[in-house]
Amino acid sequence: MKRFLAGCLLAVALPLAAQDTRKEIQKYQQMIADGSPVELFELEGETLWKKPQGPSNVSLEKCDLGLGPGVLKGAYARLPRYFKDADRVMDLETRLLHCMTTLQRRSREDATKRVFGNENQPSEMEYLSAYVSAQSRGMKMAAGNSHAKEKEAFELGKAMFFHRAGGWDMSCASCHGEEGKRIRMQDLPVLSKPEFARPIVATWPAYRVSNSQFKTMQWRINDCYRQMRYPEPKFASDATIALTTYLAVTAAGEPYRGPGTKR
Amino acid sequence: MAAGPMKMRATIAGGNTDVRVLMTHPMTTAQSGQPLHFIQNVVVKQNGKTVIEAEISQAVSRNPVFTFRLKGGAKGDKIEVSWVDNKGDSNKIESAVA
Repeated sequence: MKRFLAGCLLAVALPLAAQDTRKEIQKYQQMIADGSPVELFELEGETLWKKPQGPSNVSLEKCDLGLGPGVLKGAYARLPRYFKDADRVMDLETRLLHCMTTLQRRSREDATKRVFGNENQPSEMEYLSAYVSAQSRGMKMAAGNSHAKEKEAFELGKAMFFHRAGGWDMSCASCHGEEGKRIRMQDLPVLSKPEFARPIVATWPAYRVSNSQFKTMQWRINDCYRQMRYPEPKFASDATIALTTYLAVTAAGEPYRGPGTKR
Repeated sequence: MAAGPMKMRATIAGGNTDVRVLMTHPMTTAQSGQPLHFIQNVVVKQNGKTVIEAEISQAVSRNPVFTFRLKGGAKGDKIEVSWVDNKGDSNKIESAVA
């Protein structure tokens, strides 16, 4: 009888404990989001956006992120999207790189020398990513999904999400394919389902308080592939853009709340 | 990025002035193996008069955020926050209470 009672208690206590944990994690996330250093990255990004660079010695202020040259408001919420001038679907970092190599006439080698920074020296891409994405706060996410190349990117990204390969025979779905899973304190969202993809995609790029670094979406994808022991995906490659397109289209409709603040 | 940007927001809330300020600083601790580098003094001024003097230590995180509540105050008050670190570097920001 005693054992039976203990069993009952355990059965009741476990889901409650799980709920409390979730609540506590949410409370923690609210606390770190209030007064996040993200705003400092936005300020530095604005300085870099307006700084003349490269052989042309011009700033990025005329960069067309999809809504016209220099239009920042709401531009990030519509990315990735198809760009006629490049005849390619591009995400934010790829488009910034495009503007660096065309407007500023910097070489691709120069512009991609250091795309991922560290806590002591964040990268130009990270600062710019913070600044540009911040101009879409409150705007509904609406990545391109009508042009043939956008649809192609979505389908490729979807296939990649479920494709198992690499040293550990993993796919994105190995970790992000089942509800209620967690890695340490982080919920593992089922990113193929809109209700889970929405809050995640709407808060990237993001500042990580645990290592004081600002992380871009290209980094997020790159690091997932590192964790799955794949060969390193190329920065701004069609594959990385396709995966971001798949996630962004799946998350469509969510008001953008980034740049976010993560554990 | 010791001399990196600062950001401040000062607002009136319930008859008091709430100040929230972000600072860019590496706040390097002794354990990191890098030279010790941290903000040592923070001074808050309200219309030119010092209202807070704080001594802080390595225990504060990189890129710290501080929130202060000052008694009273009015819209348009000038709030200035400045810091000096252990290497003598400094930075400050000033804004009017909104």
